Amino acid sequence: KPGRYLDLGSGDKLLNLGSHSYLNLGERPEVEEAALECLHKYGVGSCGPRGFYGTTEVHLKLEERLANFFNCEKAVLYSYGFSTSASAIPAYSKSGDIIYADEMVNFALQRGLQASRSRVVYFRHNDVEHLEELLEEQARLDKKDPKKANATRKFMVIESIYMNTGKMCPLPELVKLRQKYKLRLYIEESVSFGTLGPNCRGITDHYNIPMKEVDMIMATLETSAASSGGFCVGTKFVIEHQRLSGLGYCFSASLPPMLAAASIKVLDILEAEGSDMVMELQNKCRQMQEKLANIHDKVTVTGEDISPVKHLKLAESTGNREADEGILQKIVEKAESYSVALTLASYLWDREANPPPPSIRITVNKDLTTEEIKKACDSIQKAVVDVMG
Amino acid sequence: VAHTEFPAQVSHHKIINNTQFVECNNEKIAGNNAGNDQGNTHQQHGIRATKQNGAASSGFDNVSGSKRSNYHKEEECSLFVAFFTFLSYGVLLFVGYIKEFFSPVTTKEKNREDIEECPPFTTFTIYLSYGVLFFVGYTKEFFYPPSTKEKNREGYVPLYIGFESFYTRNVYRRIQDCWNRTICSVPGAEIDLMERYTPDYGWTMKLTGKTIKCINAGSYNYLGFAENNGPCHDAATQVTKDAGLTTSSPRIELGTLEIHRRLEKLVSEFLGVEDAITFGMGFATNVLNLPSLLGPGCLVLSDEFNHASLILGLRLSGATVKVFRHNDSEDLERKLREALIHGHPRTRRPWKKAMIVVEGIYSMEGSICDLPNFVRIKNKYKTYLYVDEAHSIGALGPHGGGVVDYYGVDPKEVDIHMGTFTKSFGAAGGYIAGSKDLINYLRVTSHAQVYASSMPAPVAQQIITSMTIIMGKDGSSEGRRRIQQLSRNVKYFRQRLRQMGFIVYGHDDSPVVPMLLYLIPKISMFVRELTKRGVAGVGVGFPATKITGGRMRFCLSAAHTKDMLDKILKEVDEVGYLCGSHYSTAVRNSQPVEW
Repeated sequence: KPGRYLDLGSGDKLLNLGSHSYLNLGERPEVEEAALECLHKYGVGSCGPRGFYGTTEVHLKLEERLANFFNCEKAVLYSYGFSTSASAIPAYSKSGDIIYADEMVNFALQRGLQASRSRVVYFRHNDVEHLEELLEEQARLDKKDPKKANATRKFMVIESIYMNTGKMCPLPELVKLRQKYKLRLYIEESVSFGTLGPNCRGITDHYNIPMKEVDMIMATLETSAASSGGFCVGTKFVIEHQRLSGLGYCFSASLPPMLAAASIKVLDILEAEGSDMVMELQNKCRQMQEKLANIHDKVTVTGEDISPVKHLKLAESTGNREADEGILQKIVEKAESYSVALTLASYLWDREANPPPPSIRITVNKDLTTEEIKKACDSIQKAVVDVMG
Repeated sequence: VAHTEFPAQVSHHKIINNTQFVECNNEKIAGNNAGNDQGNTHQQHGIRATKQNGAASSGFDNVSGSKRSNYHKEEECSLFVAFFTFLSYGVLLFVGYIKEFFSPVTTKEKNREDIEECPPFTTFTIYLSYGVLFFVGYTKEFFYPPSTKEKNREGYVPLYIGFESFYTRNVYRRIQDCWNRTICSVPGAEIDLMERYTPDYGWTMKLTGKTIKCINAGSYNYLGFAENNGPCHDAATQVTKDAGLTTSSPRIELGTLEIHRRLEKLVSEFLGVEDAITFGMGFATNVLNLPSLLGPGCLVLSDEFNHASLILGLRLSGATVKVFRHNDSEDLERKLREALIHGHPRTRRPWKKAMIVVEGIYSMEGSICDLPNFVRIKNKYKTYLYVDEAHSIGALGPHGGGVVDYYGVDPKEVDIHMGTFTKSFGAAGGYIAGSKDLINYLRVTSHAQVYASSMPAPVAQQIITSMTIIMGKDGSSEGRRRIQQLSRNVKYFRQRLRQMGFIVYGHDDSPVVPMLLYLIPKISMFVRELTKRGVAGVGVGFPATKITGGRMRFCLSAAHTKDMLDKILKEVDEVGYLCGSHYSTAVRNSQPVEW
């Protein structure tokens, strides 16, 4: 059973540093029981889209709980994490609008940007000055043609903690830009759902920004909330539109009710013990960051201290992406023999808009003990030494 | 209609101000008996008359003046204009109807699949009903502008503009209790609907707390596997305990479980192909795999009624898409020939790849695709064939193998089999099956394999159990019984409906039964009245179908018994008389239908 330890077929248990279950809620018995109870009532599938008898009580309850959790008015639930980002953006932004997106947004968001047919302007990763420059330029063009400017909507799409680099976005400055240039702000919070903020409410909690400054938050339930699917939260004005024009919502079967019930239980747990769990997780993340930084001088670790997603990459690239990947893959395989399960961060290189450098993605699990972290870092060190000398 | 001929050297400006031209138009208008001609969109020589109050001549004078400079996007049509468009259609059709009443037109189109044409009077009433709704909406919003304004966003460009939100506010809102209904039981043959009421004419819906027990003719449950007891349920329970709920990782990283491999082998055995690959969501299967298979420089011929997921996937891939008439292999052949001969529209180079994309059963039409002819064309022109069997897998064919099984076509003739597990297997997710080379390629390049989480384990187990039952591998004849029950139910239901006098679309063997109602108010009445009588059906209208195609859609299931079908038919008949939906003018077979 996948959890903190994995069995990759060889029979022995490897420490799992690759799956995205940061709070390890999949191993809690009450979550499993909630799912089984729902299975006994509703069966597995929901056999229909939300509009045609696929909406169960469980879905409505989960949406209500999510909206309350984020202190918003409404939430909308999707049945697949990828579809959430890819359907939410094209529902609002059409051809003729402008979207400012960070260059390291993840692939699902990139598909959403492409599907919307709008003009996409990428700004350098976490570079607020660059974004301001681009917005100034656009403001100058707008002054020359005010009629067109009044018909063009502008959006800003960022992630709270970027899956591709592990860095956190500077939200307060971005909110200021949003107010100044009248953009609409969409944040993708897959990594930070339940892992940031003193009340585990995510990045708006972490920076103490009121929810009315943000137009919409999107996230998947496949990471901390140990189930499947995704959701968007925001004001009623913004969210209800997706019930008719979110393609992944209207034309797809709804989430299996047992997975929704598991998420409701997860929200119960987060509301009860969330702050403690966040503290513990951030502690472990800092420990992991410290240890990984001192492994070897040929590999460096990127990512925030408190981010549960970190990237380990080569300090000096060989110049050839495939060669880099080959070296990292060897490290991953060696680490398996030292009983640590790692994974190479996988990308479709010819489809990504701005492919990041090859790296090993390391995720931190809240339930890792200090000894386990130390052992893991030692194993990785041994693996790196074996491969790179 | 006589076309006025102009000598070649007459300048454009002169044509516009030609009084003869204006008089000719005035004659036509006078003949229409409409005193004030408003909004005739006049298409001669590509001139569009802008709508103005008053006489027609003033409209034409303004044409030369109103230079429409094209912005990068077209300007939205104002609501006033939209109302008058519909009203103008209504008036023209009314006149046409009167004219054809006195001198009927004798040319009739050849019938395909027994589709009866919409009677012209009904078309007129449809446009009239929309015209009235828009008129009321427009007048109301003139005096009371829409009050759902955004807060905290003053000075921002409005998020929703134009016709779509007007339609939602004034048409959809009034009848929205027919959709998004909540259930609180397993979606099997009978469901418990949670009753809702609206305290403010549809702006918000609240639950009353009571439940209504109904026969379920709306969920996609073709073989009746939506159950909360039995072998599927027990196996899923066990697997949840063994393998957890989710892997939180994409397939290519740490997300592949043993159960996924077993599932893929079973799927390939079921379909009779070399290999298969599965994904966590059916919609995403199309959207994320078509871009991996196709790219710019490829040619795709897609059926006119293809599902939104196929259309989105094709758009994201960047291929050139040509649409052919629904299920019409002659139209397909013609368009394919033309496209192959001419090559890429801009570069005139030969296409990199050509593919035909069709569905097994179309969910809004209920028609089964004409597979043998498509296979013949595909072989003749050496293109690929992609069949989306979302609704047909499990529901058609003597072994439940879908449309390929139904026609007895060799599975190797279809290059890419795609389907979903939501409908006949009672689970969720999708698959693609085909040759080993194709699947190996997709395992590495599919967007879903690399970025999206893998299918949850209990869902995979549900599919495995239900598929083993259908194939008969568990030793019982339960699968056989369900398939036969479904096909008997379908034949009985369709024949009885036709006999009663309703217009029913689609082939006789398809478990999706669309029954035409044409008008939006009839759809909402049907749904509400049927619910009162204990039958839960689904009504669909514009924009999911065309504007003259409002319909009720019944989805039959192997879990329905003959008594349930009889009850549904009785209630449908009753409500049909209440709102006058017995449109069929075909000769009715009055022999009693046996189940």
